[in-house]
Amino acid sequence: MKRYFVPLVVFVLMAGFLAVGLKLNPREVPSPLINKTAPVFDLPQLHDPGLRVTAEQMKGQVWVLNVFASWCTPCLAEHPYVTQLARQPGVKVIGLNYKDRAEDAKGWLRKHGDPYAAIAVDADGRVGIDYGVYGVPETFVIDKHGVVRHKQIGPITPQALKDDILPMLAKLNG
Amino acid sequence: MIPELGHFSLILALAVVLLAQSALPLVGASRGRAAWVALARPAALVHFVLIAIAYLCLTIAFVSNDFSVALAAQHSNSALPVHYRVAAVWGNHEGSILLWSLILAGWAVAVALFSRQLPALVVARVIGVMGLVSAGFLLFTLFTSNPFERLLPAAEDGRDLNPLLQDPGMVFHPPLLYMGYVGFSVAFAFAIAALISGRLDSTWARWSRPWTTVAWVFLTLGIALGSAWAYYELGWGGWWFWDPVENASFLPWLAGTALIHSLAVTEKRGGFKMWTVLLAILTFSLSLMGTFLVRSGVLSSVHAFATDPARGIFILSFLFVVIGGSLALFAWRGPRVGVGGMFEPVSREGMLLANNVLLMVATAAVMLGTLYPLVLDALKLGKISVGPPYFNAVFVPLMVPALFLMGIGPVARWKKASVPELAVQLRWAFGASFVAALIAPFLLGKWTPMIGFFLFLASWIVAAVLTTLYQRVRGVPLAQWVQRLATQTGNWYGMLLAHTGVAVFIVGVALVGGYQTEQDLRMDVGSTARVGDYDFKLLGLRDVQGPNYQAVRATFAASSNGLQVGTLEPEKRVYSVSRSPMSEVAIDRGFTRDLYVALGEPLEGGQAWTVRLYVKPFVNWIWGGCVLMALGGLLAVADRRYRLTSRQHTTNTRPAGAVIR
Repeated sequence: MKRYFVPLVVFVLMAGFLAVGLKLNPREVPSPLINKTAPVFDLPQLHDPGLRVTAEQMKGQVWVLNVFASWCTPCLAEHPYVTQLARQPGVKVIGLNYKDRAEDAKGWLRKHGDPYAAIAVDADGRVGIDYGVYGVPETFVIDKHGVVRHKQIGPITPQALKDDILPMLAKLNG
Repeated sequence: MIPELGHFSLILALAVVLLAQSALPLVGASRGRAAWVALARPAALVHFVLIAIAYLCLTIAFVSNDFSVALAAQHSNSALPVHYRVAAVWGNHEGSILLWSLILAGWAVAVALFSRQLPALVVARVIGVMGLVSAGFLLFTLFTSNPFERLLPAAEDGRDLNPLLQDPGMVFHPPLLYMGYVGFSVAFAFAIAALISGRLDSTWARWSRPWTTVAWVFLTLGIALGSAWAYYELGWGGWWFWDPVENASFLPWLAGTALIHSLAVTEKRGGFKMWTVLLAILTFSLSLMGTFLVRSGVLSSVHAFATDPARGIFILSFLFVVIGGSLALFAWRGPRVGVGGMFEPVSREGMLLANNVLLMVATAAVMLGTLYPLVLDALKLGKISVGPPYFNAVFVPLMVPALFLMGIGPVARWKKASVPELAVQLRWAFGASFVAALIAPFLLGKWTPMIGFFLFLASWIVAAVLTTLYQRVRGVPLAQWVQRLATQTGNWYGMLLAHTGVAVFIVGVALVGGYQTEQDLRMDVGSTARVGDYDFKLLGLRDVQGPNYQAVRATFAASSNGLQVGTLEPEKRVYSVSRSPMSEVAIDRGFTRDLYVALGEPLEGGQAWTVRLYVKPFVNWIWGGCVLMALGGLLAVADRRYRLTSRQHTTNTRPAGAVIR
């Protein structure tokens, strides 16, 4: 009686898909911004609210936009690698302080070090929305023409730094 | 020392379950060795005690703030109130799997204790199969998720339980849900035991039925509690989100509901045998798959604690062995089972078959929506997510005919019913619900086709329940009604109560969906906002210090037509350790409506706030309906026939029924 085998066959097929699914990362959502122009912004600087940080200023150089906040624990985890990244020659790391309080952010940076070339304050998270930020931290690599070339979701790990971000920067700068 | 004791106890438990609870009784049952068979019951007890010791050791580590235990350091904190420290044990991957094992061992003990009337061979096989499942989970715990891992040097303080989980819901929701999930293992073990022995008859169905119903009651309550918790904790007032993990608990519920109905046919009429066995396997398989989906991190969701490929592969292999093995056994043994009694399409069996088919199609549809993103991703066709629009569009139309049949089924005769006779019996019920659907929405506010239609279904179910009751007393003088109704079985009343629960649930869903009003706005101290018929006045704000958080608490006075109805005090909390902000909503609950206030963000340095206000009519009926369904299940389990009939079998050593050879 063949029909008694139907449930088994259906299950085996399903298990196959589940097995493949295991190898995939559900948190990895491809950003629609990849190979698109980075959204423009014009925000006050954290350390001197009189000054502005804009996407326009960065034209002509390769830069990294790192979204962080003092309330975000994974940001602390990636902090050493952001610092390492910022020390590389020819790399400009701009911080986007996301939905944070200025005094908290400043305290956090005093405590853990400030690797950023400049920090833009996105207190209400509007620029975050433009960039499709759905969790902090996130990091964008943007080329000389203002085009987003890479997005790191979640904290930067040594592996992501070595395999994805630094090679991409070398390629864009080279 | 204590954590090591727990670890050791867990290893002992594995040895006991493999040898004494599974291998010997299962082999003994097929070889006819009474001494081996007799081992099953005491082994189940010892197994439970050992796991309970392990569980207790872990709980001690959490309660006594032993942060040299890595798990406690990651998920607890010394400032955490004690009841949340106890709950924090299962607020993480390792602990929740240990809880799963504990509950599974507990169910095996329950089978050992409450099966005095069952033949020893059946008991040995059932306990043995449960032991095999338990062995799988213990291996998983010991090899990939050891909860007793030490952290050296010890942490000074713990990283605290996720603030979202610091809620009474956390204390009750996971254990109840697991009781349900794991409880289906009993029905599963009975089915496997029946396939192994080849003895598949109505007595088998009678033994399985109460166990299945109890598990279903727990699962119903667990899901309802989870939904009620999401409603007040997540702060956007929804009660069901079709989140993958919610679906993972809903799938076994749907299959379990089908199983309960199918078991009724197998017990009463001897039909649907193999279908029932398949459903029992399927229901527990879906419970296991739920665990896989949640624990392996294949799907991302608020509930998914673990993303560790090693764990995922272990669970998948385990699933493959358990489900694949059972289905292979089914394919091998299935064809030898005889066909049950014949019946006409229009009969109670026919209705129940339709109910089963609809429930299974709905299960498949929900499963498809849950797994489709995964399948597409596996085939490299891109990332998508399937949201509520899909589930609502597919699930609701499938349930509508099932709900309509729910009214007819209990009135229909077994084997053969006649359509004209049914029409005559139910004409008043139909008419009354039609009128109710026309009038009630006008009284409540406005009439829309959707609300009218769902109120029709709800009234139809209630009217049909009343008709079913009336059928039993028709032609009997009024004075004897009470006496007549008292002779009806608990099983029957349980069914009617559970069906009424479904009607109450539908009323809640339809009315909150149709009449809910909400406003998102900025409010200053002293200002008033109007939502629906209610005025909300923001009286003031103050700072509050909690045990492990600071909060801003707002006080709102709600009034309706100038009459004060309640005070609401929502909070915005910041937890000290994780520094994460949490909005704690305030709800003024009522029989016919909830007033719901959530604080958003402070504006202008805290002088004003963004506030979200809701008036949710009849929302509590949603959970009230679930509680009625669960009570119906309990009433059915309390049916004394289960105890009486099973006792008869001790004297009658050879139960009548089909025997497969």
